[in-house]
Amino acid sequence: MADYTGVDFMRLDDTQFSEEERVVRDSVRDWVSKEFLPRLQEHVRKDGSFPMELVPQIAELGMFGANLEGYGCAGMNNVAYGLMMQELERGDSGLRSFASVQGSLCMYPIHTYGSEAQRERWLPGMAAGETIGCFGLTEPDFGSFVTGMATRAVRKGDGWVLNGTKRWITNGTLAQLAIIWAKDEEGQVRGFVVETDRPGFEARDIKGKFSLRASVTSELFLQDVEIPDENRLAGVEGLRGPLGCLTQARYGISWGAIGAAMGCYDEALEYSKERIVQGGPLASKQLTQQKLVFMLTEITKAQLLALQLGRLKDAGRYDHTMVSMAKRNNVDIALQIAREARDLLGANGIVDDYTAMRHMVNLETVRTYEGTHDVHMLILGEHITGMRAI
Amino acid sequence: MKVMVCLKQVPHQDAKLDINSDGTWIQEDNIKFEINSYDTYALEEALRIKDADADTEVVVVSIGPDRVTQALRTALGMGADRAVHVNDAEAFGSDALCVAKVLAAVAKAESPDLIFTGLMTDDGNSSAVPPMLAELIDVPSATGVLHTEAANGSLKVERELEGGAIEVVELPKPCLASIQTGANQVRYASLKGIMQAKKKPIDVKTAADLGVSDVASKATIDKVYSPPKNATADILSGSTDEIVSGLMGKIKELGVL
Ligand SMILES: Cc1cc2nc3c(=O)[nH]c(=O)nc-3n(C[C@H](O)[C@H](O)[C@H](O)COP(=O)(O)OP(=O)(O)OC[C@H]3O[C@@H](n4cnc5c(N)ncnc54)[C@H](O)[C@@H]3O)c2cc1C
Repeated sequence: MADYTGVDFMRLDDTQFSEEERVVRDSVRDWVSKEFLPRLQEHVRKDGSFPMELVPQIAELGMFGANLEGYGCAGMNNVAYGLMMQELERGDSGLRSFASVQGSLCMYPIHTYGSEAQRERWLPGMAAGETIGCFGLTEPDFGSFVTGMATRAVRKGDGWVLNGTKRWITNGTLAQLAIIWAKDEEGQVRGFVVETDRPGFEARDIKGKFSLRASVTSELFLQDVEIPDENRLAGVEGLRGPLGCLTQARYGISWGAIGAAMGCYDEALEYSKERIVQGGPLASKQLTQQKLVFMLTEITKAQLLALQLGRLKDAGRYDHTMVSMAKRNNVDIALQIAREARDLLGANGIVDDYTAMRHMVNLETVRTYEGTHDVHMLILGEHITGMRAI
Repeated sequence: MKVMVCLKQVPHQDAKLDINSDGTWIQEDNIKFEINSYDTYALEEALRIKDADADTEVVVVSIGPDRVTQALRTALGMGADRAVHVNDAEAFGSDALCVAKVLAAVAKAESPDLIFTGLMTDDGNSSAVPPMLAELIDVPSATGVLHTEAANGSLKVERELEGGAIEVVELPKPCLASIQTGANQVRYASLKGIMQAKKKPIDVKTAADLGVSDVASKATIDKVYSPPKNATADILSGSTDEIVSGLMGKIKELGVL
């Protein structure tokens, strides 16, 4: 939608966001409207393709690893970063996923668990968009229950040999680097940076997706892939490693989902004011107003939740259970809003000239990945009762 | 070289505008603002000079209330070096001559080699400020510029004329050019640029600080209103032949051909 200026019912703009945060948001919003959205339809129609020609621009704007310090990263605070994610997902969940995977799932572990030499070796190229990463945690048989992972890392001389299959891996066939999580001989989870051109590494795309079509999702096959020990992320052992990355990405999603919801609400509101049914605008009907009020109220609550989480994260006072609540709630309401918006658009709602249905089917993925809706409930349930139900 | 860029913050092109309660201007509360689109091309033109010659200093100047700092930060995030913010209730929204007087005072203090402005503003639409400013500081100017080329002592510009013709003019420096939209591809403020912009100075001044007085508008806005919608459209119906002959009849009746 060309005439998009955001949704700000509670006036967060002049009361809560700093000037820097607003400038970041508006710059990304403008870029999404002018550069990304005009190219999107073509990629959505082609199953599993991302507008790679925009990667240099995304990097130039500083959107890869934007909340990390140094190594060519922008070093923004977490609220500005969240607003960036919100605007990217207003464009498409595939665009936000691209930035999440590169920044939170690939650059973050190198930045946090890697050595200085590893940071210097990989991060500048990743910030510049010259090296694309992918994050291999999920396996065909182990999704929510990643502890069961079957991928193995066995010591050989000074290095390691990796064997296993990773599935549902965003950007798998586009990546030059894969962060692979595998168990060693003692059953300990370890992280490795695997160059995708190593012998024995193969990636194949998963086709036939209804959701996240403007994003590449792949399967990775590792057969006797040999890597030197200098590619191991030595700063972390155990599930803490991948989960730490997921907390970062889930934080971004809790903002991103709001962007998708804001886009759907804006579209539904404009449409219902123009669309005449039974002699009057659709927006003049009580049932429509009920839907629109629901959308605006839920968007506003989600904005406040994400904002408070962001401020706590910047102050170093958040924890992963808060992220679970924000991811779970915000994706859930975004999906409900997208469905309501699709409904209000009638038949027009099912074609790709409008955004609601695209957001709706995208959000089905977002509800599943990065901890499913139910898994986050179980995490919160355990947190408040002290009793593990997972 | 020093390039001064004048920019105005105007209501966002996509903002939903309402007229204020006394009918003299639009309702500005709680709408989004952005940099006047013409001015973004002027800024880009200046930043390109800086890209080619790192010794160039780009100074952005804006007149307006507190909210204008966001526009200036955006410009600094895009690459301008520093900003002058004239935060003066009388000067803001004043008439073209008073605005030009204030900008002239800034120009005198800064003595830039080049001044770039937008051809006009998206809200005021007058195009009057740039040539007035040039006259007040006694420098040559060109309006509606699509291309600039800065040489040592001069600026060569291509101006857009009616009918699509292009006029090439050379102006000795210092001089002023008002830039047309589409002159270039405007860059976005990068996140790194925005972070760096936090450290760049914004100099806040009043008209009095600049030594100008009497800047309140001489012209007053009587009324702002949306023209009433009148339903004068005739919908022709019937078969294609009937519609065509009906339309021909109308054309003859109105004598428009
Ligand atoms: C488009 C896309 C991109 C992705 N990108 C990546 C990526 O880049 N890297 C990566 O590693 N992974 C990625 N994933 C994988 C994603 O993280 C997993 O799909 C997700 O973790 C869920 O795992 P699963 O699909 O195996 O579902 P399952 O774990 O089999 O879950 C199926 C259902 O069972 C429920 N469930 C699971 N456990 C319990 C329980 N204990 N109690 C009650 N209910 C339960 C779930 O909530 C869900 O409803 C991606 C997925 C998609 C769709």
